[in-house]
Amino acid sequence: MLTFTVRRLLYGALLLFVIVTLAYLLLYAAAGNVGRTILGPTATQATVALKNQQLGLNSPLISRYFSWLGHALTGNFGSSWFTNQPVTTAIFARMQVTLTLVFGAVIVSAVLSAVLGVWAALRGRWVDRSVQVFTVLGFAIPGFIIAVFLVRYLALGTHWFKPTGYVPLATSFTGWIRTVTLPIIALSIGLIAGVAQQVRSSVMDALRQDWVRTLRSRGIPERSVLFRHVLRNAGGPALSVLALSFVGLLGGAVIIEEVFGIPGLGQIAVLATSEGDVPLVMGLVVAIGVIVIVVNLVIDLLQGFLNPKARIS
Amino acid sequence: MTEAAVSGVVAPDITSDIRAARSHLARRFLKSPVGVTALSVLVLIVLAAIFAPLLTSYNPNDVSVLNVLQGPGAGHLLGTDGAGRDVWARLLYGARYTLAGALLATVVAAVLGITSGLVAGYYGKWFEAASSWVITLLMALPGIVVLLAARAVLGPSLWTVMIIFGVLLAPAFYRLVYAAVSGVRNELFVDAARVSGVSDFRIISRHILTVVRAPIIIQGSIVFGIAIAVQVGLDFLGFGDQSIPTWGNMLNDGFTNLYRDPQLVVWPGLAIVLTTVALTLFANALRDELEQSARPGRRRRAAAGATAADPAGPDSDTVVHEAPDSSAQAPLLDVEGLAVGYLQADGSVTRVVNDVSLDIRRGEVHGLIGESGSGKTQTAWSVLRLLPAGGEILHGSVRFDGEDLSRVPEAKMRDIRGRRIAYIPQEPMSNLDPSFTIGSQLTEPMRIKLGLSKSEAKAKALGLLGQVGIPNPERTFASYPHELSGGMAQRVLIAGAVSCEPDLVIADEPTTALDVTIQAEILDLLRELQQELGVTILIVTHNFGVVADLCDRVSVMQKGRIVETGPARAIFADPQHPYTRSLFDAILDEGQARGPYAESRS
Repeated sequence: MLTFTVRRLLYGALLLFVIVTLAYLLLYAAAGNVGRTILGPTATQATVALKNQQLGLNSPLISRYFSWLGHALTGNFGSSWFTNQPVTTAIFARMQVTLTLVFGAVIVSAVLSAVLGVWAALRGRWVDRSVQVFTVLGFAIPGFIIAVFLVRYLALGTHWFKPTGYVPLATSFTGWIRTVTLPIIALSIGLIAGVAQQVRSSVMDALRQDWVRTLRSRGIPERSVLFRHVLRNAGGPALSVLALSFVGLLGGAVIIEEVFGIPGLGQIAVLATSEGDVPLVMGLVVAIGVIVIVVNLVIDLLQGFLNPKARIS
Repeated sequence: MTEAAVSGVVAPDITSDIRAARSHLARRFLKSPVGVTALSVLVLIVLAAIFAPLLTSYNPNDVSVLNVLQGPGAGHLLGTDGAGRDVWARLLYGARYTLAGALLATVVAAVLGITSGLVAGYYGKWFEAASSWVITLLMALPGIVVLLAARAVLGPSLWTVMIIFGVLLAPAFYRLVYAAVSGVRNELFVDAARVSGVSDFRIISRHILTVVRAPIIIQGSIVFGIAIAVQVGLDFLGFGDQSIPTWGNMLNDGFTNLYRDPQLVVWPGLAIVLTTVALTLFANALRDELEQSARPGRRRRAAAGATAADPAGPDSDTVVHEAPDSSAQAPLLDVEGLAVGYLQADGSVTRVVNDVSLDIRRGEVHGLIGESGSGKTQTAWSVLRLLPAGGEILHGSVRFDGEDLSRVPEAKMRDIRGRRIAYIPQEPMSNLDPSFTIGSQLTEPMRIKLGLSKSEAKAKALGLLGQVGIPNPERTFASYPHELSGGMAQRVLIAGAVSCEPDLVIADEPTTALDVTIQAEILDLLRELQQELGVTILIVTHNFGVVADLCDRVSVMQKGRIVETGPARAIFADPQHPYTRSLFDAILDEGQARGPYAESRS
């Protein structure tokens, strides 16, 4: 288990290294005259040259890359070109907001898709039909369209929820609920659709297995047969779907945050890329890469917990 | 001989099979109402985009400061947007750009993914390793972030963004084609074609691409939907080319004016929803048809086990070798006139057990023998009331210790299962839950049924594992089912069956799935346990050797009915019913029959 974890972490680090290197080289190769971009067309040649020198852009790309990498390994990602705020400070606060939304969506989706999937598998008939229809719609309709409709009809219509902004949990619980509920719904629906579909078919599959009959023949209560045994066996494939959707969920959060005006990673990603703020973009690439790698590792470990055959000793 | 002739000779049947299956698929798809509706909606949307100039007289980019945010009507079918542009015209022309952009991404993804998947799957080697690395790389970053960065560098062109997104989506096709090709690569017909000197190109196009064509269409429509979503998303963020009408730009404009005219977001929203839902339904319908043609007419398992039961009346012609039990004790299990049937899709009921009567006395081993499909397993499951879905007891009674099990409530039945009647299944490996340790599966019933504590249950389980002849109980206790051999797993299942000290154990062909040497060991074990615990056993089997080895009394079953019953010794000595005799003959045909009951039991 430990060697497995270490090996996966090393592999993840290697992957991250490749992504970061490619991103660095491509972004700087395409960045053009950075000083001019920052200072605008009215600045004189001399000040532009001075700015470039201050940013250390006159040294060769490769040596700049290694210097950046050295600093990055110590946790120093430089400062934003436009605000001079350290990249780590800019990202950290916003990462919490985005992770709240994303993990909120993962938890909500995991619970609801387990309930819907099991319900559809057991009841059949109209319950199954309704879950199927929901699944198709949830899969087909992009999350931010749902977000736009939620703002249009729920936030503007009822005033229960705030159409924009974010209130941290520490500040006010009701404020937090009123700001995060709609974004989490918008993020979750597509995920629930995919995972519930998978839960449904794997529960139906598991219920046909011989060991279900044998468990029942031992007089195990139906509750335990379903929720302890069948659901655990159906959990593996569902978890894989969840894992595959996670990267998409982070991408979805970028747009959803814009819809609801939430100050998360998405908002800063939009800002940094539109301004061409390369240090900030690099910081984001690292942050998102780390999140994806850690989440995938956690899911692999969970997978091993659910399915003993997948365990690597 | 030309290449074409060779490949024609080598695999004529396969190609024609595939071709037949394909035209079949298309024809059946056209019969699916959902699929046809979805396809028609898609065709209408495409036609509306193509013939946009005929459907509106407005230019989608004509700005009019005087006509900003007008409602529907008054010359503008759906009103005007924040810059006074006609919404209906923008919707129609927007379809052109939105769909063309998504099509571009899909084509790029398909071309890249299919070619690299073919090369990696067919030739393998370093290309396979390299491409799987690139795929992992592409999948580790959210596409939208890459697109945002690319847009910052390359400018807001719809077409460049869609080409880059196509590259990011290539894994969707790569994985599909790679899996199909590496599966087919070593098929005999491909080998044969290769040996005959058919070029790789021909093999790929004739034998491999045909297999993945329908899945590629399905994947293509899903990818198309994703490309629409991402493109609209980027435009909605304001990152698109603002000079062209797209659905995303309309959504952006509508969202900016949300407080002044909340209706503006609805039109492009509906257009997007309609298109993506139609694409998904189209893909689903095609997939459903494809899956159905892959598994032709698989019958339900329950129905497969059911050879039509003899519809004749009560089994008055059952050969009985003894007078009714004269002892004062009532039988432990007394089945009377049992009939079991399965509800079919058309509402009719197929009978699999017809008027079975059995009596099993306390402390005896009773054999229920018959060939596959005679209804013996169905009878066993009826006693436990664990018939598969659709199966039910039609009439008759299952009297266990004086109580009719066919009528007790489910909760009561659950108390009886495990505690009073236990079950040993036929196939050991599929009857243990793969996700739990042996220990956890053994202790769970004991803790529920006997109210033991965790440590008491563990001690008892270890004792049982030793008792059923497992050499290292501690290790097996901590193992998972996949770590055991079949014989070990069957011992574990036997330990589980007797763990709650039941009165009756129903063993359903407990040795059929095992190696011959293990079979004898398991039968010895059952005999030992029966003698030690004094438990009553109903053993279902098709093997007279098992009966000779273990049973005190036997019932012979054919076509859902009991045809002969009595003490094993009497039936061995003097089989009356022709079916019983034919079962004996079957053993003699195998050459090595076990000795008669009396000798083997010493």
